[in-house]
Amino acid sequence: MELLAFGDTGWGDELFRATLMTIAVSITAMIIGFLFALIFTPLKLSKNKFLNFIANSYTTIIRGVPELLVIYLFFFGGTGAVMFVASIFGYNEYIEINAFITGAFAIGIISGAYSTEVFRGAIQSIDKGQFEAANVLGLNKFGKFFKIIFPQTLRLAIPNLSNVWQITLKDTSLISVTGLVEIMRQSYIAAGSTRDPLFFYSFAAVLYLLLTFVSMKLINRLEVKYSRGY
Amino acid sequence: MDLELMINSFPKLLNAAVITLKLLSVSLIIGLFIGLFFAILRLNKNIFINRFAYGYSYVFRGTPLLVQIFIIYFGLGQIEYLRSTVLWVILKEPYWCAIIAFALNTGAYTSEILRSAFQTIKPGIIEAGKSLGISSKVIFYKIQIPIAIRQSLPAYGNEIILMMKGTSLASTVTIMDLTGVAKYIISTTFKPIEVFIVAGGIYLFMTFIIHNVIKFLEKKYSFN
Repeated sequence: MELLAFGDTGWGDELFRATLMTIAVSITAMIIGFLFALIFTPLKLSKNKFLNFIANSYTTIIRGVPELLVIYLFFFGGTGAVMFVASIFGYNEYIEINAFITGAFAIGIISGAYSTEVFRGAIQSIDKGQFEAANVLGLNKFGKFFKIIFPQTLRLAIPNLSNVWQITLKDTSLISVTGLVEIMRQSYIAAGSTRDPLFFYSFAAVLYLLLTFVSMKLINRLEVKYSRGY
Repeated sequence: MDLELMINSFPKLLNAAVITLKLLSVSLIIGLFIGLFFAILRLNKNIFINRFAYGYSYVFRGTPLLVQIFIIYFGLGQIEYLRSTVLWVILKEPYWCAIIAFALNTGAYTSEILRSAFQTIKPGIIEAGKSLGISSKVIFYKIQIPIAIRQSLPAYGNEIILMMKGTSLASTVTIMDLTGVAKYIISTTFKPIEVFIVAGGIYLFMTFIIHNVIKFLEKKYSFN
């Protein structure tokens, strides 16, 4: 237990901060994922073959390639890409991008591919009559989407989005390879310096379980809220 | 774009893909047995057995695979007692540690897939078997299991693909699988995009094959 003490003698405060970091990265990645889904879901549903192709390539590639490989691409490639852009503007010094931003972006792109599929499925399973009814009511495009389609999409999407959240949360453990101090990285450091890997990795597992458990409870509440009337 | 690097690294990555496939197939086979075992426990009416099986799948599905590998590879070696047993022959090898972690992980997901497949079997089918005078053991092996396997094929296909991606984590415990070799080439040449295209292409190809095999099996075993 003294291993977990707060302050200089234990790892309690470090692990607490690391847990907050995991939460922060997960939420940021989830939001980035939503932004990607916002772009790619309409492309997936579009009647244009070329736009379809782009969106399908995105979801297929990301869901068919290991997360770790994507993270390595961003970790090693991100700096290069930023420096290339900077060199166009005449800046030739070494630039190091923040591990948080690289990590959140890499996980966000992965999370976005899953979210896109979830939203596509949800929109497609909405009854055609709802679209027609919205037309009959004379709503414009925005009214139709935000007042009629989107609320129903949310109800259908929340259970699957909670899976995406779980995947995203667990994927953030992979960012530890880039050196961002989240739960996994902090446990690695603590395990190395105390030579007690069994304890610290098991504790990390408990922290992740706690995070998934609490977030599940919160999402269940949302689910209830959005399915009132059913 | 460095085409020469892409061509040169292709055979190396292809060799590494063989290791990925080995890891995948061995852990899937062990995981399938674990999954079936725990799915049967889940159907048990004894609340302790039931809870135990649920706890297993909850813990392995609720924690990242990376943590599981690290606990088994770094953690278990710390227990002095284990080092003196026969188990140590297996546990000191990163290859087997990775396989144990993968098998336990996929076993947890498989048990959930099989459980829900068992539960969706219509009671009428089992009753039909009973009324024909078939013993409940034979009903289980000859009726329930085949139907459950058919029911769970689509979900299990997804699990195979997820597991294939999961094997990339073996590279974190020094195994040179496809991701491990890709990372090595990236970190020595600093050409991440080229290597990503080749390695990612190989992964996508494997995904494509698995996807189509499952589709074929689904068709073959469909009811009508």
